[in-house]
Amino acid sequence: MFSLGFTRPQLIALAVMVAVIAIAPMAVYPVFMMKIMCFALFACAFNLLIGYVGLLSFGHAAYFGMGCYLSAYAAKHWGFPAEICVLLGGIVAAAMGAVFGAIAIKRQGIYFSMITLALAQFTYFLCTQMAFTGGEDGIQNVPRPFLLGFLSLSNDMAIYWMVAVVFLVGFLAIFRIIHSPFGQVLKAIRENEPRAISLGYRVDDYKLLAFVLSTFIAGAAGGMKSLVFGIASLSDVTWQASGQIVLTNLLGGMGTVFGPVVGAVIINTLEFYLSPFGSWVTITQGLIFVACVMVFRRGVIGELGARFKVAL
Amino acid sequence: MSEPILSTQGLTREFRGFVAVNGVDLQVMPGNIHALIGPNGAGKTTCFNLLTKFLAPTRGTIHFKGRDITGMKPADVARLGLVRSFQISAVFAHLTALENVRVALQRGRGASFDFWRSEEVLHNLDQRARELIEDVGLSEFVNTPAVQLSYGRKRALEIATTLALDPEMMLLDEPTAGMTHEDVERIVALIRRIRAGRTILMVEHNLSVVEGLCDAITVLTRGRVLAEGDYATVSRHPEVIEAYLGSEHV
Ligand SMILES: Nc1ncnc2c1ncn2[C@@H]1O[C@H](COP(=O)(O)OP(=O)(O)OP(=O)(O)O)[C@@H](O)[C@H]1O
Ligand SMILES: [Mg+2]
Repeated sequence: MFSLGFTRPQLIALAVMVAVIAIAPMAVYPVFMMKIMCFALFACAFNLLIGYVGLLSFGHAAYFGMGCYLSAYAAKHWGFPAEICVLLGGIVAAAMGAVFGAIAIKRQGIYFSMITLALAQFTYFLCTQMAFTGGEDGIQNVPRPFLLGFLSLSNDMAIYWMVAVVFLVGFLAIFRIIHSPFGQVLKAIRENEPRAISLGYRVDDYKLLAFVLSTFIAGAAGGMKSLVFGIASLSDVTWQASGQIVLTNLLGGMGTVFGPVVGAVIINTLEFYLSPFGSWVTITQGLIFVACVMVFRRGVIGELGARFKVAL
Repeated sequence: MSEPILSTQGLTREFRGFVAVNGVDLQVMPGNIHALIGPNGAGKTTCFNLLTKFLAPTRGTIHFKGRDITGMKPADVARLGLVRSFQISAVFAHLTALENVRVALQRGRGASFDFWRSEEVLHNLDQRARELIEDVGLSEFVNTPAVQLSYGRKRALEIATTLALDPEMMLLDEPTAGMTHEDVERIVALIRRIRAGRTILMVEHNLSVVEGLCDAITVLTRGRVLAEGDYATVSRHPEVIEAYLGSEHV
């Protein structure tokens, strides 16, 4: 019942990941760790589409960013408890995902990606104009809400555990989705879409459900991020943010379970150490991108898995 | 005489002015194995694509089991019981043979949208999937990823997957193409076994297979029906001999 379908190597990797999450705050800034977990969950949500359905959504930051805004707004203006803020971020992102997904899924391949990008740019534009997002200022000075209405999260370690739990639940949920009867159909669609259609699958319905699930998790990840940092801003809905999550997956390994997490760790660590040097972040990311495409296409985890013949 | 299970009226498909299928009136009787033959480029695969709605006809209508299916979506045509195979073998490459067949079984037996349940629930389809795989002679490859199977075995797996839907009518596009002699015999024997209670329309280049297996034949050349009837009738047709048999069977 509780094995969840993990293979042995995956269970070991999972144990390592949980251990790192538990021990890391003793060695690194908890806020830094939380940032990684938010982006790792976002990357995992993206991977659900690119890795398991073969859909390249090139505007996923729209959903992450919308989660940021909603959660920040609910915490600041409505005084909602933390878990409701995060959930709300997910729900609104998923609702948006349902509409945008329904539009984009009608098209295949590169056209799908271009439509998702266009809709994300449209979302960005709305965010600069609408009153509730605060335009260029964003939503600032968001007070940390209470968890369940009474547990204070003002201490970084308190919110750390909440983020850790949400991250792990989200991570396991994605694993379950991949290894569900639904996930099996997704794999079939990715492998051979015409054949899946010829077997009577209305593939658009499956893609749309996957899209909604992915955007829900992306939105929840965004919702956590704005609570951690107390701010929601335009930078989370930019196309650069969408590009970064593509890069994260490329680097970590698309279609692997742990790849997006490893990718998020590497990207955020680089950004942390290189940020004092300004444009070096962008240059390094560019170089990583080139290296991924030219040398290790399967990403870090993908290459490791291939080397040791295990699925990670 | 009974009604045809599948019929087309003036079925036409143009590709930017080039007419690949031209005013085809096809009638397939229930329970028959019907062959669609013709030289390369005659429009046979295009016909299949039209019948299963993978392509929209430029003109003409299609009826299946008395219903006009001309405007339907391909997945819905499959759900009505008209299921096709592909000329280029279509398997789910990185799924095992068992999983390939199970995907088809899963569609009929639900749970396909259950994203919260463990895939363990699919194991209750394993036995049926194994039977189907055994039927096509692939027992030893149950757990082999489809991509590792030989060409002939991929075709066999494709038929097992199609059979998993228990369709009333199957469209097989060159099921024996590129197979060794033994494989051909195995597939022919298989088609004989599975024909009970089914209608089959197949594209087939191997005329001895057609002769031994098929009740009715439609000959297509350059998008048009050239001749129709049983093997004896068609093979005596002078234009058929010239256009098709002539070149290959002198
Ligand atoms: N999508 C398409 N666009 C343009 N032309 C096409 C398309 N599909 C098929 N054709 C043309 O239509 C004609 C019929 O092709 P089709 O594949 O139906 O032939 P076929 O009878 O199945 O031949 P074969 O025995 O080689 O499989 C060919 O000339 C082909 O080039
Ligand atoms: Mg063909």
